[in-house]
Amino acid sequence: MKQQPTLRGSLKAYLYLLPLLTALGLFTFYPMVKTLLMSLYTRYDFLTDHVSQIGWANFQFIWHDPDFHLALKNTVVFALWVVPLATILAMGCALLLARNPWFNRLLRTIYFLPFVTSTVAISLVWNWLFQTDYGLINAMRVWLGQTRIAWLSDPHYAMVALISLVLWKSLGVNILVMLVGISRIDQRLYQVAILDEASPHQRFWHLTLPLLKPTIALVILMTTIASFKLFNEVFVLFQGSPGPGKSTLTVVFYLYDKFYVAYQYGIAAAASVVLFVILLTLTALQWWVRQGAWHD
Amino acid sequence: MVLPLLWMLTTALKTSFEAQQAPPVLFPHHWQWQNFKTAWQAAPFTRYLWNSLLVAFLVTISQLVISTLAAYAFARLQFYGKRVLFILCLTTLLIPGEMLLIPNFVTITQLHWFDTYRGLVLPPLANFFSVLLLKQAFESIPTAIYQAARLDGAGDLRCLLSVGLPLVRPTLVTVGLLQIIASWNAFMWPLVATNSEQYRTLPVGLQSFTAEAGTQYQLLMAASTLAMIPLILVYLSGQRYLIQGLSRTGLKG
Repeated sequence: MKQQPTLRGSLKAYLYLLPLLTALGLFTFYPMVKTLLMSLYTRYDFLTDHVSQIGWANFQFIWHDPDFHLALKNTVVFALWVVPLATILAMGCALLLARNPWFNRLLRTIYFLPFVTSTVAISLVWNWLFQTDYGLINAMRVWLGQTRIAWLSDPHYAMVALISLVLWKSLGVNILVMLVGISRIDQRLYQVAILDEASPHQRFWHLTLPLLKPTIALVILMTTIASFKLFNEVFVLFQGSPGPGKSTLTVVFYLYDKFYVAYQYGIAAAASVVLFVILLTLTALQWWVRQGAWHD
Repeated sequence: MVLPLLWMLTTALKTSFEAQQAPPVLFPHHWQWQNFKTAWQAAPFTRYLWNSLLVAFLVTISQLVISTLAAYAFARLQFYGKRVLFILCLTTLLIPGEMLLIPNFVTITQLHWFDTYRGLVLPPLANFFSVLLLKQAFESIPTAIYQAARLDGAGDLRCLLSVGLPLVRPTLVTVGLLQIIASWNAFMWPLVATNSEQYRTLPVGLQSFTAEAGTQYQLLMAASTLAMIPLILVYLSGQRYLIQGLSRTGLKG
């Protein structure tokens, strides 16, 4: 028996919703509109809040700015590496863990730990690990007979360092999501497959993989979106700089730099609009894939 | 997996000399427990810790109150414009926090909230995700229970407080934990919203400490260890709720 909305009931409901709507209105909807507007401010005095000119110049600037191109390129390269690696690693670990629930519970505390650690603290530790002279990683290289690599000051290797850090940190969450997906697969299907004398190889490729597709897609999109928002790790790993020779300049770092350092609010706003469009597209993809998952 | 963390710990216990050996020394000769004390006193970490605690506490409590009220309204109350409003709120999930950074900064500056607790605590309250989780939880309670309460003469608020809340407690814990972790580890917003040492939170403080500590890695590692401890404690005690809650969101939309 569903009640019909009444005026009195509605007023009461809106009272319940008031705090949320105030917060959302002030700090989400209003800023959203403001960003869109600010991206068009070509001359803006922050101190007097006076807009002298508006136009598309900010977007034109970004379009031609080699730094922005670099930021985009770096972010995309980063995503192209991290997403497949993270997904495959997580899937592999999850499949192994799914077989031994006892083992899984034991390790879960450990592999999930990076999720709760402060990104700053962890990035500092990895900064320390990648030190050219005192770092553990180079020590292991030397022990294996290889040369030292200047991870944090060589533009060629900085990205590798960053990718390693991010993979390590995100593994736990991705494994968890994968495990949930695996647990949804009906075990009886496997029993039937075994009865039909399917090899483990066949069971994986024809049973597990197709049934895990929605979960895999979910992890892929979660990781992709997170890759595009990368900032904290870059900032701390490279101590405030966008990597040696700007090799790890990401889109969000570009945004931060233009906004907090260069005080070019209009340009920063325009960059964030571009970022938003990219993320919107990716998120729309995510919802669309989820719809597909429900149909399964 | 835990190698980086172990390495952090052993480095924290080394002397400055041992830490800067190439090739690196694996284990310190004598465990320098005083490194923790030195690191803690080298920067106003007590202040940073207090700020992080305060901010995390305020944001989490406020978040729980706001989200519970809103979730209950969406789950159990009938009102005009319900569906439209819900969809509108859903769209906020699409907006990346990074995009809101600049205008929120402008807003708090104009309100003179820059470098204050208000500026740190209030903007992160705009979060619809918790509302979604709680709404699901409220909806999973059978209607019969609510109706029974109503037959006993309970109004909406009473229903929420006496019936709804106790039954959604696991979700409340999950939401609380997620929020505590998010607030504690937040870096970009506190970085942007504060300037003085007085209002810095732990992550930002830790980062600024690196500039002062220079090559004293043993101190840096000690500070990092200390920074992680509170949250690890929270994690260990609330692990079950956290993982259950996250599993559920991974599944549903």
